[in-house]
Amino acid sequence: MQAVSVVGDDLRETSDGPRLVGGRCRACGAVAFPRPASCARCTGSDVDEHLLADRGSLWTFTVQNFLPKAPYDGWAEFTPYGVGYVELDGEVLVESRLLASSAAGLRIGAAVHLVVEEYGADASGTPLTTFAFAVDGAPA
Amino acid sequence: MSVSIAGIGMHPFGRTEGVSGMQQGVVAVRAALRDAGLTWDDVDFAAGGSEAAGNPDTMVSALGLTGIPFINVKNGCATGGSALTVAAAAIESGQAEVAVALGFDKHPRGAFNEDPARWGLPEWYGRTGMMLTTQFFAMKIQRYMHDYGISDAALAKVAVKAFENGALNENAWRRAPLTEAEVAGSRMINHPLTQYMYCSPGEGAVAVVLRRTSQGAASREVKLASVAFRTRRFGSFEVFSPHLAAERVDGPTVDAAAACFEAAGIDPADVDLAQVQDTESGAEIMHMAETGLCAHGDQEKLIADGSTRIDGSLPINTDGGCLANGEPVGASGLRQVYENVLQLRGDAGPRQVPGSPKVAFTHVYGAPGVSACTLLTV
Ligand SMILES: [Zn+2]
Repeated sequence: MQAVSVVGDDLRETSDGPRLVGGRCRACGAVAFPRPASCARCTGSDVDEHLLADRGSLWTFTVQNFLPKAPYDGWAEFTPYGVGYVELDGEVLVESRLLASSAAGLRIGAAVHLVVEEYGADASGTPLTTFAFAVDGAPA
Repeated sequence: MSVSIAGIGMHPFGRTEGVSGMQQGVVAVRAALRDAGLTWDDVDFAAGGSEAAGNPDTMVSALGLTGIPFINVKNGCATGGSALTVAAAAIESGQAEVAVALGFDKHPRGAFNEDPARWGLPEWYGRTGMMLTTQFFAMKIQRYMHDYGISDAALAKVAVKAFENGALNENAWRRAPLTEAEVAGSRMINHPLTQYMYCSPGEGAVAVVLRRTSQGAASREVKLASVAFRTRRFGSFEVFSPHLAAERVDGPTVDAAAACFEAAGIDPADVDLAQVQDTESGAEIMHMAETGLCAHGDQEKLIADGSTRIDGSLPINTDGGCLANGEPVGASGLRQVYENVLQLRGDAGPRQVPGSPKVAFTHVYGAPGVSACTLLTV
């Protein structure tokens, strides 16, 4: 069954793989994700599309160990998942799910890369996907 | 400031079946008026907040339809600070001689669930399971522990102290002491934080009656030396942030605390006791330093040697904090003020800080990056 991305235009499949679509302020250069209508740093209103780096380092993390309430629509059969902030290119830090079911393989400073993750399925069984980061070299 | 605390009132925290949040608010207001020796007819102005238990201004149908201005405020966990800011400003500006600040709430069991649209966030942020305040605090303390060498044991010790203090507080929700091993060994919620290191959404209400400080005020009259409220600046690390800027600046806690101390002309070193936002153990640790009460990294030693206990040199969250009282969002900030008034009056009973404290500080922090602080003095 064809998976459906819930992230919409904020994630794009390129010839080099998936990339997050952020914004870069034309006036001050501040990078944000998702792409905002105006810049939170200088309030400028010209924010150009900016593809974020697909590799970075883990700035901090946690592991979600309980089933979140709605609007969470991940697998009903709950498996813990990682959440963290990933520093990309010194431009911006992005909050993301992490491919990890415990804290064992996670550490601050770890090299990580962007992947697409099936995190649940809708009522008809169609898989739902979102972006996530995985620790380099970790078993998938 | 020329504002005094004339009276305080509380409806006990925890779970009270069959009593609405607003009814608990009415109980608190009546108790505060009684404490002040006043009636609702004497009140010129009110400001009230509730996250989830109704519109505070409708309380006038129970308290009395006297026609006074009654402003509703809503700033997440900082709501009590907002109510106090507004009520104190009404007195300072000459609009009122007697003003009431109040907060109440009643939340269902379990973690809060949030609607991304209400916070200006994309739908996927909630759907994919990233919109949880518990995650934010876990990620913030994880980084903080890495940067400043705070241990897992310190996290557990903060919770142990909270329940110890809660056991001495007849209005607290959780009154059973726990050992460090019980806290550390409880269910992992969001690594590195376990179940007993987190507060739970709860119920409760607090009201404070403010009055213009009179000439020749009684010697133990508690004065509101300052109140400061701040929102986040660009680059601070806040809850519900799909991204963070590459540059880091201090958060609203640092800004609000600095403004509060400056306005009062009081140095953080002069604080005799403090109530700081302890949504979880790590928050207490980080907020101790962010408010200026200690240097970053010193918390490890202060907690290990008992300095933050009631009989220590820097007592923190003497009423058990959010951990032992739960968090009725609208009422939490004023609970801290209530506790500090008791302590400064010398009326805190078994949990009284020794040595006649004279300067007491409060701090709240909430989504989406707001903080309010107060200084009370006698
Ligand atoms: Zn800009």
